[in-house]
Amino acid sequence: MNGLLEPTMVLSSHDEHDPDALLRIEHVSVIFGKQEVLHDINLTIQRGQTIAIIGESGCGKTVFMKTLVGLIQPTQGRVLFDQQSLAEKSTTKLAKLRRRFGFVFQNAALFDSMTIFENVAFPIRQHEVASEVEVKERVLKRLAEVGLAKDVARKYPAELSGGMRKRVGLARALILKPELVVYDEPTTGLDPIMSDVINELILDTRRRYPVTSVVVTHDMHTARKVADRVLMFYPRRRLGEGESQILFDGSPSDLEHAEDRRVRQFVRGEAGERLSEMAEDD
Amino acid sequence: MAQTSRIAPQDPGGSSLRTEISGALVLWVTSWGSAVVDGVTTVGDIALFAHRMFVWMFTRWPRRGTMMINFYQVGVLSLPVVALTGTFIGMVLAVQSYSQFHAIGFENRLGAVINVSLVRELGPVLAATMLAGRVGGAMAAVLGTMRVTEQIDALTTMGADPVHYLVVPRFLACILLIPALTIMADFMGIVGGYFYSVIILGIDHAAYLNNSSDYVSGYDLFSGIFKSVFFGGIIAIVSCYQGFNCEAGAEGVGKAATSAFVYSFVMILAIDLVLNIGMDAIYYTFYPRSSIL
Repeated sequence: MNGLLEPTMVLSSHDEHDPDALLRIEHVSVIFGKQEVLHDINLTIQRGQTIAIIGESGCGKTVFMKTLVGLIQPTQGRVLFDQQSLAEKSTTKLAKLRRRFGFVFQNAALFDSMTIFENVAFPIRQHEVASEVEVKERVLKRLAEVGLAKDVARKYPAELSGGMRKRVGLARALILKPELVVYDEPTTGLDPIMSDVINELILDTRRRYPVTSVVVTHDMHTARKVADRVLMFYPRRRLGEGESQILFDGSPSDLEHAEDRRVRQFVRGEAGERLSEMAEDD
Repeated sequence: MAQTSRIAPQDPGGSSLRTEISGALVLWVTSWGSAVVDGVTTVGDIALFAHRMFVWMFTRWPRRGTMMINFYQVGVLSLPVVALTGTFIGMVLAVQSYSQFHAIGFENRLGAVINVSLVRELGPVLAATMLAGRVGGAMAAVLGTMRVTEQIDALTTMGADPVHYLVVPRFLACILLIPALTIMADFMGIVGGYFYSVIILGIDHAAYLNNSSDYVSGYDLFSGIFKSVFFGGIIAIVSCYQGFNCEAGAEGVGKAATSAFVYSFVMILAIDLVLNIGMDAIYYTFYPRSSIL
């Protein structure tokens, strides 16, 4: 799509030594107390793919995304990044492995006490030995790529608008040229123009670097525009017996014609029977 | 009919009362049990948190820049408030003790009472209390806000261990600088006590100083400073733990800051008691016939 990479779509490949698989999620379940948020998720993400994970609030997409990068340990199952299990890594080895990840947080999660320059330079200083001249050059280049001027570097996060903070978050996530970039609701809270700017930056990142992306969103415009594969999660507590938590796994163009009524309702933004279900929950 | 009346409940009112009492008892036992389990779990969590912090502290020293910011926050910015409260506590001790000592004609020994109390107990506890209030609450609020706004998660995703990056420098700043704050509280308390006793109450200058030097030993000064290191350590660990485990929202951050101060203060007094018992035992082992006022 859009002249980008055309990655192979793999729905349930579990070949242990598939060199094209960057991430393999095997029988992952996450339970908090008595609540099972994720149930037996199996997935393979190929190198170069951009995956959009959609689903209503509370369906477990954020938990899934945090499990992908080892912020949450699965209660059962395992996550393999480039054939290495995250759970089996020591803290030091996991920290080193994380230089291959980039994570764009919903509200950017910039460090309040640091300037924008220091925020973007943080991963370089954490993982590399580089001269200050080199650090400055790389930080300003990355800020320019996300459309931010030099003078922004001297400011603090509190002095920037929401859209600018998201772009700084993107610059920080990309500074070490990671292999996997995870975006947590990148367009939430932004006006339509700034949302599209962020979408374009995600596409631009793919054009510049051979990156695999996972975009968690409930913005259908973002999902259709940036992704070449869409997964739809559904809240575990509302699933029927034996149903998979992933209701849809396919191309964005197939979303409208999905067999499952719940997928079509989500895509069209229709409440359907949710109102009566909510009344029953209460 | 006769059979029916035999199996019918004889005292339905009494039976429901018994059920209610047993229900309330079960509820009382389970709520206490739950509180005990929660308490033990929290202590275990804090111990694991402290262990992780010590492992990082001895594995890799934090960067100089990170250390300096925390040293400035904990040491330099706490100094004025510790000095001020130290001065007042010295003067308050003089006011409180004077009438009692004057009644038995021992007012010249006021210096000994004030200064022994200050260097052994009030100086270190006061400095620690001020640190818990000024720095502990702020640490919990800052780290809590970082938790809520995902900045701690951001550190992890960038390969920096949050405990190494955020907790170790705060712990080091607290344990290394609290002795200096204690010395300042002691010094200003001594100055305040001297000022009120000699200048305001008119006690003889030479008698005040002689009594002070006769009764305040190097061990008293050492024990106060030694205890303060433990106070600093517990303030840092408890406050950082509260911040790291902050609940969502502004209310969660406020709760973390309040809990940081309350738990730190309780721990300071508990550690003070234990250390006093231990240090007194050591002192009387080596100096069985100590000076008595």
